[in-house]
Amino acid sequence: MAEQGTLILDKAGVRRALTRIAHEIIERNKGVKNVALVGIRSGGDDLAKLLARQIAAIENIEVPLGTIDITMYRDDLDSRGGKPIGKTEIPFSLDDMKIVLVDDVLFTGRTIRAAMDALMDLGRPRAIQLSVLIDRGHRELPIRPDFVGRNLPTAINEKIDVVFDGERNPLEVRLIKS
Amino acid sequence: MAFNHKHILGTEYLSREDIQLILDTAESFREINTRSIKKVPTLRGKTIINAFFENSTRTRLSFEIAGKRLSADTVNISGSTSSVTKGETLEDTARNIEAMHPDIIVIRHGHSGAPHYLAERLHCSVINAGDGAHEHPSQALLDMLTMRQHKGEIDGLKVAIVGDIAHSRVVRSNLYALNKMGADVHLAGPGTMMPSGIERLGATVHYDIRAAIKDADVVMMLRIQLERQGLTLLPTLREYARFFGLNDDVLKLAKADAIVMHPGPMNRGVEISSAVADGPQNVILGQVENGVAVRMALLYLVSGGEQAVE
Repeated sequence: MAEQGTLILDKAGVRRALTRIAHEIIERNKGVKNVALVGIRSGGDDLAKLLARQIAAIENIEVPLGTIDITMYRDDLDSRGGKPIGKTEIPFSLDDMKIVLVDDVLFTGRTIRAAMDALMDLGRPRAIQLSVLIDRGHRELPIRPDFVGRNLPTAINEKIDVVFDGERNPLEVRLIKS
Repeated sequence: MAFNHKHILGTEYLSREDIQLILDTAESFREINTRSIKKVPTLRGKTIINAFFENSTRTRLSFEIAGKRLSADTVNISGSTSSVTKGETLEDTARNIEAMHPDIIVIRHGHSGAPHYLAERLHCSVINAGDGAHEHPSQALLDMLTMRQHKGEIDGLKVAIVGDIAHSRVVRSNLYALNKMGADVHLAGPGTMMPSGIERLGATVHYDIRAAIKDADVVMMLRIQLERQGLTLLPTLREYARFFGLNDDVLKLAKADAIVMHPGPMNRGVEISSAVADGPQNVILGQVENGVAVRMALLYLVSGGEQAVE
């Protein structure tokens, strides 16, 4: 667990942000018919689980939930020496679904591009929306989130650390200056 | 943990952690092979040359499919169509291949050590797809992936390998790897096919298939290489089948849930009876399926990828 840095969101703050995002997803889609959540490993998948729980509490409907690993879709295998590979698990058909992609931090947008490529290989969703807990700026691609927990303009050398506990529940968000 | 190997020349040079990493990575790649669109862009723009100077269908096909599923450009050279038949040396062939700037060369060669020879001279990664009677690392790794799927852990398994031990590169690769993973390896075969001193690689040697197979978790049958030395080392195939063939009666000596493996292609009625080859305990097609995933993992890892161990 990170000890240094500035606290941006505490546990209650993260919970409030997710509750608000859950309401926004329901409102934007006029309910949750044909809506599914897909979390991006790792971090986004844990938040997607919580969002699904929030949506179930509000609407009393369990939305389909999947996770996607984008390592194989990254465009920087050479420069970064590879990233850990996880499993992609989407136990439902993506065809004609409104997919809400969930990630913890939105930065350059390259992860989201990779996730969209990965989703398109698995099916043909009707729409893809993007939900992030923190939007820290510095986009390198024309990608904009639909649902944001917190907009946080950062310096390029700063780091956002979303801290999870042992049960993969978010504890807090910290801004770390290097 | 990081994968620090530029080449895959044999399981002899891989650590237990390396093997674990390759198997875990392969497990992730298996998912791609079940999708309707079986392709990811991971190795887009990379060129892989499959240089098969010795006959092979399934290994070459498996490497080719693995490369294509990762979006690499794969090119095949086979011994019979290459300039080797015109008298060109391996070094000259290699230099010419290198001038075309491939990223990975997958090589199968009849001479032990040919991949090492290339790895010392070329700048690209070299993957050994079988060299003489020396090693066949991708086969051993796919064997272990299959064992892990059926048995959970390789540590503590009793693995019996039966057949032409002397001329089998599959055995050597499996011996190195299985020992590192903690398996108890038993070998059986006719005396003419059992190299002296093989115990030093970490195996118990038997000259009776029954002793080797007793209480085994995994029974791996090897092919009698009819096209090579096979027939000069045996009185008759019928005798071999009688003493070293795997049939229902012999298989009963192994554990009830033992799996039967074979690197293929099988000589039905010689090393394995048709009843066993088609029986419920065989996992031979699963081995072939895992071959693609393991080879995808090898291509990915030598290209700079790595997988975190959770």
